[in-house]
Amino acid sequence: MSASAQPAPPAIVRPRRESTASWPLIDRLAYGLCWAVGIGLCVVAVGIVVFMFIKGISALRLSLFVESPSQGVLREKHSGGFLDPLIGTFIVTAIGIAIALPAGVGIAVWLVEYGRPRWLMRTVESAIEMIAGIPSIVLALFGLLLFARPLFALLSGSTSTGGVLGQSFFNAGIVMAVLALPLIVGATREALLQLPARTREASFALGKTRATTTRRVLLPSIRPGIASGTVLGMGRIIGDTAIILILLGTLKLEGTGGAPLLSTLRGTGSTLTYYIYYYAPTGDGNSPQKAYAAGFVLLMMVLALNALVTRLSRGRAA
Amino acid sequence: MLLTVLINGWPSFSTNGLAWFGPGAGANGDPVVQFRAMQTGTALPGHPLLYFRAWPLIWGTLLSTFGAVVIALVISTLAAIFLTEFAPPAAQRVLEPVIRLLAGVPSVIYGLVGLLLIAPWVNGLIGNGRKESVQYVVQLSGSCLLTATLVLTVMILPIMIAFTSGALAAVPAHWREGSVALGANRWRTVWRVSVRAARPAIVSATVFGTARALGEAIMLAMLGGGRPFAPNPLDGLTFFFEPIQPLAASIVKEFGDDPNTPIGHTMYAIGAVLLFSVALLSLAAWAVRQPLKRYGIGI
Repeated sequence: MSASAQPAPPAIVRPRRESTASWPLIDRLAYGLCWAVGIGLCVVAVGIVVFMFIKGISALRLSLFVESPSQGVLREKHSGGFLDPLIGTFIVTAIGIAIALPAGVGIAVWLVEYGRPRWLMRTVESAIEMIAGIPSIVLALFGLLLFARPLFALLSGSTSTGGVLGQSFFNAGIVMAVLALPLIVGATREALLQLPARTREASFALGKTRATTTRRVLLPSIRPGIASGTVLGMGRIIGDTAIILILLGTLKLEGTGGAPLLSTLRGTGSTLTYYIYYYAPTGDGNSPQKAYAAGFVLLMMVLALNALVTRLSRGRAA
Repeated sequence: MLLTVLINGWPSFSTNGLAWFGPGAGANGDPVVQFRAMQTGTALPGHPLLYFRAWPLIWGTLLSTFGAVVIALVISTLAAIFLTEFAPPAAQRVLEPVIRLLAGVPSVIYGLVGLLLIAPWVNGLIGNGRKESVQYVVQLSGSCLLTATLVLTVMILPIMIAFTSGALAAVPAHWREGSVALGANRWRTVWRVSVRAARPAIVSATVFGTARALGEAIMLAMLGGGRPFAPNPLDGLTFFFEPIQPLAASIVKEFGDDPNTPIGHTMYAIGAVLLFSVALLSLAAWAVRQPLKRYGIGI
């Protein structure tokens, strides 16, 4: 092999592990506890995945992917699949990311590169931090109140009494964007702060303006950071139930009529999380087999996104 | 935002006054009875339509949050120490994605797993004798304070570990080396130097964990037992097996579609309380961190 021709890299000198035999008993106990906790965490994670895997595989049928759910049918055979929630998940994620990505990157770039006036930057910073701490259920309540105003009538259907419904894919997507925003801002900001100053200075030395530098130099070089933030945001959106429960809340896609795409987007529906909640033993549907199958699909999505984040962050480090 | 939510919840507060936070008396003291009254639009005899006493919900929130945060504080500190100090590189490579995975698992899945894996186990733990002894007061099942708290602990662990281990890793190496040079073993060094220096971050971790536990709705709605009951610590061991329904979970379970109904106003009042407590929490954390910051590694 060609590698053997190269000089061997200098052996990394690792300090020999201190033997714990000489430690006092209390310290050894604590050391053992640390190991136990570490292993315990792995066991919990593996347990969840394996459990969902076994239950999910045995409950999964291909037909589940192509059938619509039928609300109110209690016999498991006839209650359909999760086509609509699956589509709903994609719609909500797409809308959420489509709003959160440009907004998040824009805010992060402004915070790091411009950040003036100072007081406004501080305010925006703490506002983003606050948003990250707000429970999603309260976010959803706020969204419903906001979007039920006549001003936003375009975004959702109307109630039987002629008021604005406030529930639609648009609205859920917008609130989801708020949920994903702190993650994207955080990741982009980290990446920007880690860029060496010489990158910027080189571009300035060539006579580029700040805006051109940002667009041509900074953004391309922090692409992995932005991507991992986006993926984290997607994971957050896919996994949220409370917002869907309040801002969408029907199992099937129910359009408002009119132009086909617009009708769906203004209409209501559900996502996989809501589907699981509905069919879980505590929900109204109560057919756990469906919940298992959907849970399995959802967990696979989350796992895939996780693997993506790991790869992206490793790629950046290398 | 706090204002908007508060304004829509105001009718509920103004009708009930400060008694909103208190317990109700008699058969009408049960929040379920109050919710049903609001949903059907028939006021309870002798009370206004918006009559609501939130104490069982608040008590449930306090119990589950406090329990989970205390357990998670211990575990997350140990896990962070393990991750930054003791784990061999191979274990580190495994543990990091594992923690990220635990953070990414949606709360419905936690609810589902808890419902089908932990609840039956806890149900067996209760035993029939204990169930029969209280069956005229409350039905016990595997979905109870204990189950909810345990699963909640797992849910808030990843974010707390992330905060703590980040700060532990940022402790300057020469601080630790100084301690080792003085003859302290590695555990003493970590405990006396690193963890001490990381105290501000541990406070932040606790606050974030508490905020997440307060706001967690779906999992608790699935695993709380489905009944707003205020577990009584005087019940001995049974206390741990009594059902709870925290504030956020109540919104999930009882909210209809319309914010401008009696039930809607009540739900927004609950939302306002949640929002207010989260805001207060971050304020408190800021205040606690200030004196600690001088000696430590902060975030």
